[in-house]
Amino acid sequence: MKKQTHNHRFWILPVITLIGVMLYGCSSQGDFSSNTDAAQKVYVAPGEYDEFYGFMSGGYNGQLGIYGIPSGRHLFTVPVFSQAAVNGYGYTDETKNMLNTSHGFVPWGDAHHPELSQTNGETDGRWIFINENNTPRIARIGLDEFRTQEIIEIPNSAGNHASAFVTPNTEYVSAATRFSIPMDENMKNMDAAIDSYAETFKGTISFIKVSGEGKMNVDFQILMPGFDYDLSHAGKGPSDGWAFFTSYNSEEAHTLLEINASKNDKDFIAAINWEKAAEYAKEGKGEMLPGKHVRNYVDHDEGGIVKTEVIEEVRVLDPRKLDGLVYFLPTPKSPHGVDVDPTGKYIVAGGKLSTVIPVHSFAKMIESIDSENYEGEVMGIPVLKYDSILHGEVENPGLGPLHTEFDGKGYAYTTAFISSEIVKWDIEKTEVVDRIGTYYSPGHLMIPGGDSQKPDGKYLVALNKITKDRYLPTGPEMFHSAQLIDISGDKMQLLLDFPTEGEPHYAQGIAAEKVIKRQKRFYDLAENSHPYRATSEKQTRIERDGKEVHVYMTTIRSHFSPDNIEGIKVGDKVYFHVTNLEQDWDVPHGFAIKGANTAELLIMPGETLTLTWEPKEVGVYPFYCTDFCSALHQEMQGYVRVSPESSNVDFKYGTGQ
Amino acid sequence: MKTIQLLFATMIAVSVLVIGCGGNGGDAASKSSPKTTSESGLSEFEIKNGIGPVTEEIVIGEIDAEIAQKGAEVFELKCSACHKMNERYVGPALGDILELRTPAYVMNMILNPDGMVKKHPEAKKKLQEFMTPMPNQNLSQDEARAIAEYLASDIK
Repeated sequence: MKKQTHNHRFWILPVITLIGVMLYGCSSQGDFSSNTDAAQKVYVAPGEYDEFYGFMSGGYNGQLGIYGIPSGRHLFTVPVFSQAAVNGYGYTDETKNMLNTSHGFVPWGDAHHPELSQTNGETDGRWIFINENNTPRIARIGLDEFRTQEIIEIPNSAGNHASAFVTPNTEYVSAATRFSIPMDENMKNMDAAIDSYAETFKGTISFIKVSGEGKMNVDFQILMPGFDYDLSHAGKGPSDGWAFFTSYNSEEAHTLLEINASKNDKDFIAAINWEKAAEYAKEGKGEMLPGKHVRNYVDHDEGGIVKTEVIEEVRVLDPRKLDGLVYFLPTPKSPHGVDVDPTGKYIVAGGKLSTVIPVHSFAKMIESIDSENYEGEVMGIPVLKYDSILHGEVENPGLGPLHTEFDGKGYAYTTAFISSEIVKWDIEKTEVVDRIGTYYSPGHLMIPGGDSQKPDGKYLVALNKITKDRYLPTGPEMFHSAQLIDISGDKMQLLLDFPTEGEPHYAQGIAAEKVIKRQKRFYDLAENSHPYRATSEKQTRIERDGKEVHVYMTTIRSHFSPDNIEGIKVGDKVYFHVTNLEQDWDVPHGFAIKGANTAELLIMPGETLTLTWEPKEVGVYPFYCTDFCSALHQEMQGYVRVSPESSNVDFKYGTGQ
Repeated sequence: MKTIQLLFATMIAVSVLVIGCGGNGGDAASKSSPKTTSESGLSEFEIKNGIGPVTEEIVIGEIDAEIAQKGAEVFELKCSACHKMNERYVGPALGDILELRTPAYVMNMILNPDGMVKKHPEAKKKLQEFMTPMPNQNLSQDEARAIAEYLASDIK
């Protein structure tokens, strides 16, 4: 009998396992046929690289998240508009100027739309731009070091949302006001009654020129009616030289916009002839008007320290005085995204309250302009006729269409926010060919290169706004959910869920090899030009200038030099200028000292960073390396002796004495 | 009974396979074998001159003062945080290193420290003694050669 029991047990185990596997396989929502198939497509073996980099905006965390596609692995976070205590960005003397604005130091920002630089309409892996909505700014991140290298403020703007989209050769990056404000003839924000909106409120659309080295400057801005400008994309191919901006609130409402700005059947896409505007600017047309803004940039000639310059004026072009700058394309209804297909022939609007996806024809738009086939004008801007410029309408696209990307094979993919799905449609025929559910409520979506002339139409990432039950619960707040969808075949296939930090509004993807080849692995010590560098232990020293004390310190596995410091007094302001002497990949050292009111330093090989410390009480204070650097990392520590303000303790410092 | 035996056999086979997949990188064979030169798998040249990009004997004749000076500068920048000439520090004292090692060995230690402490029996011993692995400071071969010249000179 006993033997029989055993026999049973052994049969039961595999059966239970099998049932478990089957149940597990059926538990997730998503209409894919086989888990194994999906798992194989996203599996990146240990030590292997992902095929694509994914750059996801961090939204309200003000940062840029870097993910591997197709694995969904979170690889890195680049601090952009928000201070990052993790490495001292925005705290150190070297980096804090990056967060300067005309309103002073702003430690937080709302990051929205990342956009890779392009050459000949193709992503090139040099830089990625991203806009800040709250205090209008655009950042440029260098993909050689994955760091924010420049931030420019946008003058005469309130809420920079339709940004930071590039032209096909990165001639310009776009910016536009999401919130119009009252402006006088000198572009000054006025003390005006809010209900004078229709008379006094104006918007601006700005074009930021990008030099060959990446330097940004506001070349010109165009004065616009007081609508809310929402999103943008530049033309390409036949439509190169033009850029398209959606607007809503053509009703010019100033309160309860969810009702009052949803009344008109159609709002407008503003078609801007930026090539013509650039010519006007070059000829000195328009007016130089007040427009105080700052530009913050890494000064490579001086140790990579961020500098701030203040610019007082900006060139303003007025469409009432200059012909051919702007045309309005009537578009249903409160359109959100505006996307230009890879051929550059079609302009797709995400009419979020519309029951169709309207697709405008660029050729028809030009015909209408040439024959002056207008239905009216607003603030000197001709309004074209909807029926004369329409390529077609996509019927039954799902509820709440927002954004569209392209696969380069003749298909467009649009997110439907309300009905939680992605709809694939044929661009020429404007007919839906496939649809797939997403979980839940997708905002933006991303196909690597999907807004360029050369998409890599293999994967699509849906950036969902609502997460709910997709992951283990983490209290009331949870990360947003991204979903990876295989678009290589006729039918879309859901492959993977992965959480993303902050709130990714938009994302960009690029073939990994375009970025890998540019990677910096460390900073050359011999080229360190920081004024407070110590490139060998011989150069380490302490200098006093009144109450300011400068400590020239070095790190190498695994000691500080100096690691014993005496002669500091209460009331001193101590600057630890720490140079990492390492010259190999991935050997940062950290620096933290008890009671510092800022953040730690995380110093990359060959780099110098500064931590400021103001000791308030006498005693001996330890400092140590925060990044586990070697087997003797725990020994990487030191002491600072702090004496009373009135004392005469001489400087005494060193390592190993 | 036969079924039970079969199941057991299958389970053992599966667990062996699983464990087999888990071992990654650990070179079991080299750990268990004695660390004699004949079994280190290195050539006679490598035993004497180290493992790395320098694959020919380096002979230092009359000191070239200019090269030695260049070596001194690179040493100061990239090496002096851990090496002194006449005292043991984070790494060994280097005042008489060229009496103990060939110039090629010194250069390979500079240019390929990771490979040396993994594979060369003498470098392995030093790592056990000093515990801090020598960092790769990414010198060029010319810079390493200049350091050898410096270490052979009187200016050190």
